[in-house]
Amino acid sequence: MQYMMMCCIEEKRWAALPESSREAIMRDYGSWVADIEKKGQHRLSARLVPTASARTVRHREGRAVATDGPFAETKEQFGGYHLVECRDLDEAVALAMRIPTLPHGGVVEVRAVQPET
Amino acid sequence: MSERDAGRAAVDAVYRNESRRVLATLIRLLGDFDRAEEAMHEAFAAAVEQWPRDGVPANPRAWLVSAGRFKGIDAMRRDSRVDASYDTVADLTGQDTSDPARSVDEPVEDDRLRLMFTCCHPALAGDAQVAMTLREVCGLTTEEIASAFLIPASTLAQRIVRAKAKIRDARIPYEVPAAAELPARLDAVLRVIYLVFNEGYAASSGDTLTRADLSAEAIRLGRLLVELLPEPEGAGLLALMLLQDSRRTARTSEEGDIVLLDEQDRSLWNREQIAEGLALARRALASRRFGPYTLQAAIAAAHAEAPTPEATDWNRIVGTYNLLLEVEPSPVIELNRAAAIAMRDGAAAGLVLIDSLLARGELAEYQPAHAARADLCRRLGRTREARNSYRRALELTRQGAARRFLERRLAELPAI
Repeated sequence: MQYMMMCCIEEKRWAALPESSREAIMRDYGSWVADIEKKGQHRLSARLVPTASARTVRHREGRAVATDGPFAETKEQFGGYHLVECRDLDEAVALAMRIPTLPHGGVVEVRAVQPET
Repeated sequence: MSERDAGRAAVDAVYRNESRRVLATLIRLLGDFDRAEEAMHEAFAAAVEQWPRDGVPANPRAWLVSAGRFKGIDAMRRDSRVDASYDTVADLTGQDTSDPARSVDEPVEDDRLRLMFTCCHPALAGDAQVAMTLREVCGLTTEEIASAFLIPASTLAQRIVRAKAKIRDARIPYEVPAAAELPARLDAVLRVIYLVFNEGYAASSGDTLTRADLSAEAIRLGRLLVELLPEPEGAGLLALMLLQDSRRTARTSEEGDIVLLDEQDRSLWNREQIAEGLALARRALASRRFGPYTLQAAIAAAHAEAPTPEATDWNRIVGTYNLLLEVEPSPVIELNRAAAIAMRDGAAAGLVLIDSLLARGELAEYQPAHAARADLCRRLGRTREARNSYRRALELTRQGAARRFLERRLAELPAI
C-alpha cells in the first residue's frame, strides 16, 4: 500500500536556524531518503519553496480567482512530501518517525493513498 | 437425544465457545472484519444444516474456519466482478494453499491476540478501541455495548463502522507487535480492559453503582490476555480486577448504597477471587518487571489480606503508593496516598497533604478529593469545613449511589 507523508515545518523557525544546522538536517534527510530508496520503498519526494511564493486559486463570485499566499494561516506550513510503499500503517509510521525535521518543530501526517479500483 | 438434536446442540456449544476464535482466524485469512463476520455466519449456517445430518466433525473449529474461508473467498470472487479487487482475491487464494485447519492450532500466536492488538491500535480513538474490543473480541452486540455505556446504539454502531473503515483504508496491521513495540502497545490493551472493568465497577453516571456484566467481561479479557501473552503487567491487571471485584457484594448495601471499605462485611468478600488475585499479584511482583497495575494490585492485596480494618498494614500501603508515584506520577495517586497516610499517621497529617494538593488546582473538579477532605475534617471535628467539602463534592457528582452516600454523610454531621 502507498502512503503519503505530508511534511510540515514552521517556516520562521526553520529560517531562524543557523545555516550549518539546516545543512546538517538536509544531509540527514538525504540519507533517510537513500535508505528507503535502497529498500525499494521510495516512490516520490519533493521539497516545496516557502509559502511566501504561493498563489492560491479558488472559485469566487462565479469565476476562478488567484490570491497571494497559502490557503490557510497555520503555525506550520506544508513543506514537502514523500510517497512510499509500505506493508501497513505501522511500517509507514515507523519510517516517518525518523524524519529529521521532527526535532525542529516538523510535523508529519501519514495517510494511505486510496488504491485504484 | 436424537442424533439430529445432538448435532444441533453441538453447533450451539461450538458457537458459544469458539465463535470468537473462528472470527479472529477468519479476519486474518480474509483480511477484512465485515467479510470475516459474514463468512463466519455462513459457516455456522452450513454447520446447522450439515452436522445433524452427517455428524459433528472431529475438529469443529477447523471445519468452521475452512468453511468460512471458502465462503469468504467465494463472496470476494462475486464482488470482484463488480469492484475489480481481483488482486486481493488472488493474493488470498494463492498465499495459503495449506490446510487452514493447521494454522488454526498454531500455538505461538493465537489469532485472538492479534485481534486484541488490532482493536486497541493507537491509530484508533480511545472510544473506538473500547467499542471494537467489546464487539469483536468479546462478541457483545452493538445494543449491549451501547446500553452499558449509556449511549445511543446508532452512535456506537457508527463508531464501529468508522473504526473498521480506518483499519481497512489505512491498513492497520493484524498482528501482535514486535518486541520493541510491545510494551507501549500492551499498555493500550491494558488500558482498554481496565476502562471496561471500571465502567462496570463504578459507573461514571446512571443509577446503579455496578454494572457487573462489563466487569465480568473485562476479567474474561484479562484472563485471555494472561493466557495468550505471559507479561507480568497483564497478570498484575488481572490480579487488580479480581481483588477489586472480590468486594463487589460487600461494597453496596441492599438498598444499592455505597459501603466504604472499613465498614464492609468482610465475610462477603469472594475468597476464591482473592486467592487467585493474590497468587497473580505475587507472580507479577516476583518478575521484577511490573508496572502500575501490579502495584495497584499489591495495594488491593494488602486490604484483601487484612481480616479486620484495624489489621490493615497501612505502612505497607503507603510504601506501595510511594513506588507507584515513582512509576506513574499523578495527582489522583497522591490523593490516595494522602488518604493512606491519614490512616497511618492520623487525619491531620492526611489533611495537610490533601489541602496542598487541592491548592495546586489539578484536582479542583475531582469529586473524590473533596469527599476525602470532607471525611478527614469530619474525623477532626471541623464540622463547618466538612460541610463545605461535602457540598462541593455533591456539586461534582452525577452518579446516584455516590450522591446518596454524600447526602447521608452531610445529614449525619452534628449541628454547628
